[in-house]
Amino acid sequence: MFHYIYPPLSIGLGVALVLMEGLWLKTGNIRFHNMAKFWTKVFALTFAIGVATGIVMEFEFGTNWATYSRFVGDIFGSALAAEGIFAFFLESGFLAILLFGWNKVGPRLHFFATCMVALGAHFSAVWIVVANSWMQTPAGYHLERMVDGKPVILAQDHAVVPADLGSVRAVVDNFWAMVFNPSSIDRLTHVVLGAWMAGAFLVVSISAFYLLRRRHVDFAQASLKVGLAFATVATLLQMFSGDLTAVGVSKNQPVKLAAIEGLYETQPYAPLGLVGWVDPKTEVTHALQVPGLLSFLTYHDAAKPVTGLKDLPPDRFILRHHPDATSDELPVLRRSYWPNVPVVFQTYHLMVAVGSALFGLVAIACFFWWRGWLFRTDWLPTRLLLWACVFSVLGPQIANQAGWFTAEMGRQPWIVYELLKTSQAFSKVVTANQILTSLLLFAGVYLLLFVLFVYLLTRKIQHGPDETDHSHEMPESWKAVLRADDQEART
Amino acid sequence: MNIAGIELDLQLVWFILVGVLLTGYAVLDGFDLGVGVLQLFAKKDEHRRLFLNAIGPVWDGNEVWLVTGGGALFAAFPEAYATVFSGFYLPFMLLLCALIFRAVAIEFRSKEPWPWWRQMWDVLFALGSTLSAFLIGVAMGNIVRGIPLDADHEFTGTLLGLLNPYALFMGVTVVLLFAMHGAIYLVMKTDGELHDIVRGWVPTIIGLFLAAYILFNFYTLIALPHVYDSVRARPWILLAIAAAVLVILNIPREFHRKRDFNAFLSSCIGMALMMAAFGLTYFPNMVFSNPLPENSLTIVNAASSPKTLGIMLVIALIGIPIVLTYTTCIYYIFRGKTKLTSHSY
Repeated sequence: MFHYIYPPLSIGLGVALVLMEGLWLKTGNIRFHNMAKFWTKVFALTFAIGVATGIVMEFEFGTNWATYSRFVGDIFGSALAAEGIFAFFLESGFLAILLFGWNKVGPRLHFFATCMVALGAHFSAVWIVVANSWMQTPAGYHLERMVDGKPVILAQDHAVVPADLGSVRAVVDNFWAMVFNPSSIDRLTHVVLGAWMAGAFLVVSISAFYLLRRRHVDFAQASLKVGLAFATVATLLQMFSGDLTAVGVSKNQPVKLAAIEGLYETQPYAPLGLVGWVDPKTEVTHALQVPGLLSFLTYHDAAKPVTGLKDLPPDRFILRHHPDATSDELPVLRRSYWPNVPVVFQTYHLMVAVGSALFGLVAIACFFWWRGWLFRTDWLPTRLLLWACVFSVLGPQIANQAGWFTAEMGRQPWIVYELLKTSQAFSKVVTANQILTSLLLFAGVYLLLFVLFVYLLTRKIQHGPDETDHSHEMPESWKAVLRADDQEART
Repeated sequence: MNIAGIELDLQLVWFILVGVLLTGYAVLDGFDLGVGVLQLFAKKDEHRRLFLNAIGPVWDGNEVWLVTGGGALFAAFPEAYATVFSGFYLPFMLLLCALIFRAVAIEFRSKEPWPWWRQMWDVLFALGSTLSAFLIGVAMGNIVRGIPLDADHEFTGTLLGLLNPYALFMGVTVVLLFAMHGAIYLVMKTDGELHDIVRGWVPTIIGLFLAAYILFNFYTLIALPHVYDSVRARPWILLAIAAAVLVILNIPREFHRKRDFNAFLSSCIGMALMMAAFGLTYFPNMVFSNPLPENSLTIVNAASSPKTLGIMLVIALIGIPIVLTYTTCIYYIFRGKTKLTSHSY
């Protein structure tokens, strides 16, 4: 959870840096140079904490989820290893040039390094989302049991029981089917766009703050334009991607779809809730609803019935896992395969609401920009808009966290969807006390890090970008970029 | 896997590859952890800044070797990964904490000019680095010594069992090794007054380390009969150890001739030889079970399916050459003596 504050910022800011440095090389305008330099420092801060907390994630699978690791290591491990080789090396290697290479290497090489850092950040998203999507929609594998040191392949519909753990494992049989499992492309797009929004709105927020305070106005206006353009593109695309992801969920994980919408009864013209709450006792959803919209969004046909939780998962699925269940027991057993409906209903709707609000914000901001009102900082509507922009930085963070929460909680009780239960995946040798100790330890450490991060970011913002012209200190190769600008100005 | 008519033992290949990645980690992160161990021995603020900036551009890239080594272990030998990391639970959590604190200490130290702020992060950086080196050593010690496993390859020992004298001694040896490696790196990266100061430390650290290392090897042969047997079966282990000692002894000679880079190279080669000797003592075991050797995890029963190992080999063959190329380029760009500029920590 905590870790996920930083990587999206790194991904999004990475793209923003590429844009700014690209503009600097293209226009030779020193303003973009200073802008890129300032945002590089912010980037360095988020990156450092992202790496520090990311190492924990890498080893957590072994320490806390040993049984899971043994069960799926054959598949999951390769995605993680690929992430290390293709993404982390690229990111951290070229980060050295991005941070310390100003004036040391040529401007073009520096720009290349910036691109590589951004690319590495995206690669890491690719592999980790692939690995996570495999847990949502497993594909390209078979189960096998070790009998006397020889693997025996199990039937496709084998239901894993506790006694299997230790001797049964999932083995890859088609790498590309594993990588391009049914949900990975949708979810990858969704996650990357979410990350872009996190980075874009950070730029928007800090620039708007400077404008309101009438500090670094030149810098802030230019930054806001870059940030806002980037935010608009990302938010627009995210709307489509969100729709695609939801359609994917309805196909691949109908239980999750029904749960996030709090849909208990199967019905045609299924409604889409906007705000409300779920009463898990009576299994009724009280919400402001648009009739038929859920059916329409899922099937692009409002009349088509959407399956509700009371029919999910289907009887044959439950009978496979509980061969001796009687028909009276089915509804009770069925509930044990539902996620926590009230919680995922709220996290999901929170994500959608925040996403829509951000969409509204960029729409208004773009309208102001078009009318030339965006920088009239003595005019009340503009001031209100800019204040909204300042706080918009929280939006993508909330939406990203709520989204992950929905995706992960919506998959419960499974850790690998319909294959391995979360409750079976823990490390057997690690005691509850040890987990509690480490949990408290890391909660403390992470809290401390977060406080420091906010403190240093605030300091950085107060200090602001360096606006003095250092161009005379630049080596010749950097000055060459500048001269192009002078020539343009003269003509 | 069969390539061009040659039967390739994928499990063996992956044992070597994971070993290479972890050796890469030891050689690279070894020097920046070592710089951390030495941080408090530098007294002036300017010197401490030079220490940090000497490793500044490269330390996080170095740490990636650990992450990738861990990922490769997960992918190629999931059973070993699960057993080791769940078995060493608390020491590992402590190691992660130490690594986090030293990482943020590097990043945060220079953000404020106040002496107490800088002193605090210096202490955390030094503590975090020393503790990381020590715990890595303790983990390696336990791998050589063997840990108790049951028939399902689950760890059955206790935390105190992991903190046995043998492993603790290896922990101290690794701290000394990294400190030596770090000092040699610093000699190469500094000039003027600081160069001479660090240069003055080197003979003492080399002496301390060699004493610990030789003592450690005798300790191993006496205390661990299974290692004694494997050394008798593979006498080249002794050869690797002897070569490592000779290479380390070469370092003062290189310094004497003012070839600082060669000295650092010697240190790297020495560490690689030690890692090779280390791996050879327990091969083909991945995690040796002591006292019940029949429960050991070997490169056969801990490995992923041949298909995964094959896919991973393709990934590694594409990825590693690219990584090595640009890592070399980056080290080349940042070659030469460290200078403090406006971009420095």
